[in-house]
Amino acid sequence: MTTSTVTPQRQRRASAQLPSTRTLLLKIAMLAIVDAAAVFAMTLLFFQENWLVLGIAAAVTLLVNWIYLSPGVLPAKYLTPGLIFLGVFQVFVILYTLYIAFTNYGDGHNSTKDDAIAAIVLQNTERVEGSPVYQVQVVEGLGGLGLLATSPDGEALVGTAEEPLAPLDPAAVTFDGGRATAAEGWTSLGLQDILQRQQAIADLQVPLSDELEDGFLRTSNAVQGFVFQSVFVYDEAADTMTDTTTGIVYSDLGNGQFETEDGQVLGTGWQILVGFENFLYPFENPRYGEALGAVALWTFAFAILSVALSFVLGLFLAITFNDDRMRSRKAYRLVMILPYAFPSFLAALVWLGLLNAQFGFVNEALFGSADIPWLTDPWLAKLSVLIVNVWLGFPYMFLICLGALQSIPEELTEAATVDGANGWQVFQGIKFPLLLVSTAPLLISSFAFNFNNFNTIYMLTTGGPRISGLSENVGHTDLLITLVYKTAFEAGTGRDYGLASALAILIFIVIATISAIAFRQTKALEDLN
Amino acid sequence: MKHSSLMKVAGVGALALTLAACSGGGTPAPAPSASETAAAPGGGGELVIWMDQNRADALTDVIATFEEETGTTVEVVIKEFGSIRDDLTTQAPSGEGPDVVLGAHDWIGKLVQNGVVAPVELGDATADFQEVSIEAMTYEGAVYGVPVSIENIALVRNTALAPEAPASWDDMVATGQAAVAAGEAEFPFLIGIDPNTSDPYHLFPLQASFGGPLFGQNEDGSYNADDLQIGNEGNLEFARALGEWGAAGLINPNISGDIAKEQFAAGASPYTITGPWNLSAFQDAGIEYAISEIPAPGSQPATPFVGVQGFMQSAYSENPIVASQFLTEYVASEEAQTAIFEGGQRAPALTASYEAAQSDPDVAAFGEVGASGLPMPNIPAMDAVWGDWGTTQIQIITGQGDPTQLWTDMATKIQSTIGG
Repeated sequence: MTTSTVTPQRQRRASAQLPSTRTLLLKIAMLAIVDAAAVFAMTLLFFQENWLVLGIAAAVTLLVNWIYLSPGVLPAKYLTPGLIFLGVFQVFVILYTLYIAFTNYGDGHNSTKDDAIAAIVLQNTERVEGSPVYQVQVVEGLGGLGLLATSPDGEALVGTAEEPLAPLDPAAVTFDGGRATAAEGWTSLGLQDILQRQQAIADLQVPLSDELEDGFLRTSNAVQGFVFQSVFVYDEAADTMTDTTTGIVYSDLGNGQFETEDGQVLGTGWQILVGFENFLYPFENPRYGEALGAVALWTFAFAILSVALSFVLGLFLAITFNDDRMRSRKAYRLVMILPYAFPSFLAALVWLGLLNAQFGFVNEALFGSADIPWLTDPWLAKLSVLIVNVWLGFPYMFLICLGALQSIPEELTEAATVDGANGWQVFQGIKFPLLLVSTAPLLISSFAFNFNNFNTIYMLTTGGPRISGLSENVGHTDLLITLVYKTAFEAGTGRDYGLASALAILIFIVIATISAIAFRQTKALEDLN
Repeated sequence: MKHSSLMKVAGVGALALTLAACSGGGTPAPAPSASETAAAPGGGGELVIWMDQNRADALTDVIATFEEETGTTVEVVIKEFGSIRDDLTTQAPSGEGPDVVLGAHDWIGKLVQNGVVAPVELGDATADFQEVSIEAMTYEGAVYGVPVSIENIALVRNTALAPEAPASWDDMVATGQAAVAAGEAEFPFLIGIDPNTSDPYHLFPLQASFGGPLFGQNEDGSYNADDLQIGNEGNLEFARALGEWGAAGLINPNISGDIAKEQFAAGASPYTITGPWNLSAFQDAGIEYAISEIPAPGSQPATPFVGVQGFMQSAYSENPIVASQFLTEYVASEEAQTAIFEGGQRAPALTASYEAAQSDPDVAAFGEVGASGLPMPNIPAMDAVWGDWGTTQIQIITGQGDPTQLWTDMATKIQSTIGG
């Protein structure tokens, strides 16, 4: 009895679990493509000896394969692509920004200490005044790479990095039109060899004589050699850079640059970790503090007003266009989606032209050549920025409200009308709360987006008419993010990526906290459903 | 179940390896970025050059000759001019940067500070270039590139509305205003500035005529970053004059550079202050123009900034010899310099090409105006100047305060930014 009833059930369950061969083949093919790409990437990484990224790539590939080849783990199968992109484009970016925030990466601290030392020495080799130009031929001998030089008066000399230039017996040298091209005991390097050893040849410095002050011969194009003097000398043992012309000794005092005790600094430095210095900048810099207060207030106001106004406008239009009595709804809807289709950069620049006080379309056509300073008066600039942002944002709200409205069951509205509720009461009591359930998370994310809406503000007003009376260059329409941009990149002391990253992380913390709290609150709305 | 999942794994593995092998066979062996050991057949080094579309088109022949004669492969990457400086600074230390880039001379201070450009030794060929171009490319005694073009702004006048060159600033303003009063023009003169950040570059000749340099100069002609002179008396006079012009509407922050060009091309003004880059727009619009020196509102001549563009070598280049050869023998040749000149409208830097280019009256005229000009400062301290300089000018023009006070505050702020 039991076997006859159980077996068909088990068979049904079993057959439901076995996918058709076609889907199986498709799955294998797609997984194979992903694996092939991963294998290719890993071979490249292997040759580049980039072990960390290779390890991560291998781990992720194995994980993906396990997820998709295992029978269960259904949530993971849906979430994996999204999570991978989230990891690469968000999590990694945040972690890297956090790392940079603890360094002093920026102008003057561009790379490593070795690169900085090499750069300082390279930039400060001066050509000895009045020194002759030598015709050179790169040669190689027992002592390594060397230069076979012909002085302007036809004398042939040869030297290496260790052996200073010494004259050669003319009989042992082959000349080609006044230039010594070969010498006994030395192999002349042909073009191919030179091209393969460019770095070594460019770094080759042949002392002119036993006296260091006479300088050294160096070639940059393997044909001509000039006599140089190093102005800066690096002492590896003492870790100092000495200026031979003035005798000043610069040492590494731990600030990522060569400096003296009394504050003279060599411009080229290197990246170092600076701890929390960047994070404490807003708190330790009084000028910045005053600017920060006003800007923070406007940022919150801008974000809240943008979201509220575009939501109200979008909702109003959605309700209007949801009504069956409205004609040509499709055409209207198409027109209203258009602002959303334009890239915000383009739209902001077009509005910049439209709002020009003298030549803009708005003033000339709509206001009859009035001279309304849309973007240069503090309050009008704020209004203009809000209007443009609402114009850019309402189609999005319109779309989501339309979708949310259509998901509200008709029976509820009908039941309310039967009970005697008028239009407004129906909206207030039924439609709006149910609408909020689905759109509240989107409103929160829209708030977060507008809090950091760099594009619109920067394109329209670059922060706006400057607030007079403040010593920092802050404007009336500056958001926190544009203030960060100006502080870090336009402050005049050069680009400071470390500071920019730290301030960006601080803003991120503010937004993340607000969003987390707000999302918690939306849980209360879930009860309505 | 187990059987089928084993099959799945085997299937995936086999397919994956086949696909990887196919793709791997198609591409060449991965080139290690750390060392240049692979020699492409028939040649030696490689060169990666960043430049804009304009120069790339002009240099196609020169590059082809270079590739033939030296057997190197040249990869030209077209980049937007404004982004080259920052991209070079961030990408060069990674080892994946270019070998040669096109750049403007005022980037050199910053690039040297970041250690990304190497000096170029021109040797005796230095004398073959216009002195101002070599001066512009020099920073702390070393030349950091081969200059290719020189540019400066001048007064361009619409000969239909203003047949004669103005004798003085007041003469120009009077003629302009007369033309407006007679209904022939809408603006006495046009100078395009940004409503928020002004355009100190275009306004500089006027500032210079009041005797106001930005920085003091050393004996060798380079700018001394420790000697900020922007707050001196001559500059304060300029600030006051700027306030008056703003109040009188002569300088209008609503007129951007594009609008100024458009309006002049439409014949709405007898005078404009602009550079050779806008001439083709005027020619297309059919405007008959003449170029002359900018009239001086102050007591000194109104000398504009000279801008020089040239090719520089990256300090992180793995092909320093080839890059040097390209720069000193090919870019510095008359062929390349003349080709670049013919592709654009900026005067060439090599004296031989410059002399030949004088047959073009526009180039000759701009050159005459710029002959007494000084290059823009290329010292890193200049970065501290541009931002505040521009915003303060706008504040003065729009009458947001006492010009002397605003300008002095700006000078103090700049000094503290440079010093602090």
